[in-house]
Formats: sequence, structure tokens, C-alpha cells
Amino acid sequence: MQPSIRIADAPAVQYLLRIGDTALILAQRLGEWTGHAPVLEEDIALANMALDLIGQCRAVLTHAGALEGAGHDEDQLAFLREERDYRNVTLVELPRGDFAFTVVRNTMMATFFKLLWERLGESSDKELAAIAGKAVKEARYHQQHAADWLVRLAGGTQESRRRSEQALAELWPYHAELFASDAVDEHAASTRLGPRWSELQEPWSAEMAQILQEAGLAMPATVPFLSTGKRGVHSEHMGFILAEMQHLQRAYPGGVW
Amino acid sequence: MVTRTERAWQALDGVLDPEVPALSVRDLGIVRDVIDHGAELEVVLTPTYSGCPATEAIEQGVLAAIEAEGLGPARATLRRAPAWTTDWISDDGKRKLREYGIAPPHTVTPAQAGAQSVLVFRRKPEALACPHCGSTHTERLSPFGSTACKALWRCLDCREPFEHFKPI
Repeated sequence: MQPSIRIADAPAVQYLLRIGDTALILAQRLGEWTGHAPVLEEDIALANMALDLIGQCRAVLTHAGALEGAGHDEDQLAFLREERDYRNVTLVELPRGDFAFTVVRNTMMATFFKLLWERLGESSDKELAAIAGKAVKEARYHQQHAADWLVRLAGGTQESRRRSEQALAELWPYHAELFASDAVDEHAASTRLGPRWSELQEPWSAEMAQILQEAGLAMPATVPFLSTGKRGVHSEHMGFILAEMQHLQRAYPGGVW
Repeated sequence: MVTRTERAWQALDGVLDPEVPALSVRDLGIVRDVIDHGAELEVVLTPTYSGCPATEAIEQGVLAAIEAEGLGPARATLRRAPAWTTDWISDDGKRKLREYGIAPPHTVTPAQAGAQSVLVFRRKPEALACPHCGSTHTERLSPFGSTACKALWRCLDCREPFEHFKPI
């Protein structure tokens, strides 16, 4: 079996891993809808969004590997780390749930990514700025699509509204982690690699408020809960995702398309 | 006399996008430069979408076409900035798209999908001309189509479904 790799603790590398891993795990969850979405158009849309996220993740992980300078490529980073070395937020690893759950999560995450990519477009790191210049256009499509669906579900049947409300209540507590800044963020801000994620909270809340208002949904109250995926302490769901993602590379080391 | 780079550009006319085989990689505007380094040719490509699965196939197609012309060795390099936009599709390319049954993208303005940052709910997309019958009595079915770059539409007059190359 292919052994695991370790990656440097350098804050710039860690900052990139947070972005790349969050896109990777969300894409994995969206990919699970292939063949299972409520309508064919949405099956295609979810797969398309997953593909955009995978593309963004590939570029960011490749760049993280280059910054680290230990010769790790995107595949090694995506498939050969231990669970504790993944830096995605916990929000994206929660099981996909029903369609309302996916729509609410996509709305929250696409809004976050759009704001993040907008800021990363001004990164002092030219490669990251270039990746962001492309990704922001994709994130805008994702956000508009997810927000339109949330409005539709919330204003649809009693059942679709009930499920939207339930999904929002379940997911909302996990958004706090997105905006909890730490030493990695401080380093990124001081080197102008990217914003402290805490700086994105205000615009994110404003856009979420706009969407929820349009949907006629109340913004849930803040609760004292902070998930810990960004520092590698994941939910019980993470191991199962990684088992599925990694088994091929572990069983057939270095396998490529 | 035709230079080596000019011959390379000509060879690239024959390299088709694997997902939209009506267009060459030149029509699409993804070949940004061909540089003669003496020992080798460098072809600079800008990917359309971050996750476009055709990127690797296009790279291989480009290198194969140059080699077939006896212009090699060549290498392909990726240039991400400035990001690719549908505005780079040539007029000829837009005509070919229409003939192929895909409504071409219009010029990107900040107010359009993919380029705007503000959320607009229940926005009616601008009326598109059906590439089959020309009617503008059309409607969008979904903003995502068979590939990341296309949306699904249908014509309400000739009843044919068609795709729209999204302006981005």
C-alpha cells in the first residue's frame, strides 16, 4: 500500500491547503449527486459545479506543492495525506443530506468562495491571483444558481420550505469556522497572500441576509459552537470520504488516467 | 517566406476542441502565443474553465499537430492570467458555433451572468436567437449544460432544444 505523505507546516502552504481542501471535499460531496439529483438539469448542474471546484482545487494544490518545495504534486496532496492533515472546514464534509441541505450548503459556500476569490485576485502571489481571476467567475455562477434554488425551495411547497428551514438550522452553526482567524490568517494578511478569513464575515453575512430575505427565511441565531476542520480535527464523516477518495491511489500507487 | 511560427499557427487551425468540435483552438482564443525559441516552439495556452476536462487533450492535440507539420519539438505552457473570456472567441468562431447549433456568447458586460457580483433574483436572461430557426422566442432551461461552458435553452417556436455558450 502507498504510504502517507506529510506536508510542511509553513503558514502559506497551510493557507492554500485550506482553500484547496475545502474545494476538494465540497466537490466530492456534490459529485455524490451524479445520477441522484431530483431533476436531470440539476444532476448536470451539480456535476458541473463539482468539476469547477475540482479544477480550482487542482490548481491550488499544485501551487501549494510548489510553494512547499518538497516535490509533492496535486495527486499526492489530494490522495496521500492522513485525515489530520486535511485543512478543509467541517461544513463541507457533512453528508450531502437531501436536496435542500445541498442547496443551503452550496449557497453558503459559493457566497464564501466568491468573496474569497475576489480578494485573492489581489494576492501578492501572482499564481494565486491568476487562479482566483478565473475561479471568481465560476463562483458567481454557483452562487446565483444556489441562491435561486433556495428562493425557489423556500417559496415552494410546505415540504420544500420545511426542509429548507431544517437544512439552514443544521448547517448554520458550522459557518463560524469559516471566519475564525488564526496565525495562518495573520501570516497571509501580513504577506498580502490573501485576506484574513474573518474579514469576509461582514460581506458574507450581508449577502446571506439578502438571499434569506428574498427566500423569506429568518437568519438563524448565532450559537457558541466552533468546528475545527481547518486545524485537522474533523467530524466522524471525514474518514469515510477519504476512504472512498483514496482507496485507488493507496491500492495502486501512482496510478494515473 | 512563411516563418516557423506562422506555420505553427496554421497547424493549430486544424486542432479542434474535443468538446465543441466545430471550433479550432484558435477560434476559441485559447492559444495566446506561439514563441520560437530556436531549439523548440512554445505554445502558450489559457484554459477556458478551471475544471475543463479537455485541457489535457487540447495540449496533446496542439503538440501532435505541430509535430505532424515537422515543426517540433514543441512544448505547451499554461498562462492563467488574464483569465480566458468568451470575448476571445473569434467572429468566425461565433459563426461556426451558430451553424453547429450552439447560440454563441454575446460580448461580456459587467451586467451579465458570470461577470456580475450582485445577486439578481428571478432575472430573465436576455432573449437569445435560436440557432436553428432564428426566433428570439426562446427560454432558458438551466444555466448548466452538457459542459461547464454551456447553458440549456429551448426554442418556443421550432420547439428544438439548443445550447448557449455562456458569456464569461
